[in-house]
Amino acid sequence: MAATILKQGKVLIASIQAALSDRELIELRDAFADRVGRFRSHGVIVDVTALDVLDSFATRTLRDIAYTAKLRGATAVVVGIQPEVAFAMVQLGLSLDGIATALDLEEGMALLAAIEEDGPRAR
Amino acid sequence: MQDEAQVAVESESDIVTARQRVRAMAAALGFSSTDQTLIALAVSEIARNIVSYATRGLITLSEVDDGGRAGILIVAHDDGPGIADVELAMRDGYSTARSLGMGLPGAKRVTDEFEIDSAPGHGTTIRMTKWRP
Repeated sequence: MAATILKQGKVLIASIQAALSDRELIELRDAFADRVGRFRSHGVIVDVTALDVLDSFATRTLRDIAYTAKLRGATAVVVGIQPEVAFAMVQLGLSLDGIATALDLEEGMALLAAIEEDGPRAR
Repeated sequence: MQDEAQVAVESESDIVTARQRVRAMAAALGFSSTDQTLIALAVSEIARNIVSYATRGLITLSEVDDGGRAGILIVAHDDGPGIADVELAMRDGYSTARSLGMGLPGAKRVTDEFEIDSAPGHGTTIRMTKWRP
């Protein structure tokens, strides 16, 4: 699989190394849903830096990951959307409404740390 | 002889292949990386439509020239069930599959020319062109 999930403290990080097929995206979604509970994670980061296209299916799966994480008590952050990818998503009419995003992994970690500091339940 | 490439779309992994092939061709034709991304996105959406509705189909990518400009022509054909109401299928947010309903209207928005020819029982052909500015 072109994506691996790493655990760092209370945060799960999916690092995607190459283009993902629809099936691999679904596998990633399911792996997150399972591990958020197993590791009692408070945060989930999906790093899409390596993806050169986010189409409607990928966008929908990212939304599913984020909403599922939220229902399991964790906050999801999508990081690393490349500038051309962001522009193309806007042109196509795709959005990640209501989902936290950050420029890169570092910013994503900082965002989750700030949320944790304010109290995760407040969000 | 101008460049032409064909991608058989028979499973969801072919969607990835199709968008990689079209991106490589768009790059070779000198499209900007932003346009390459838009073209790859449009192809991803129509390839997924084939997999979702028709099971299999063929995408043909070719270099075109209108005398002054170079462009890329993408033709997607399938012998699937066809689309009963093309106008409805082109509407944002309309989907009969479990998707966002942004595929076809989105592909139309990000290309310069977009034509769809479909009828129930006669399959679907989509022709879209992106011109290099």
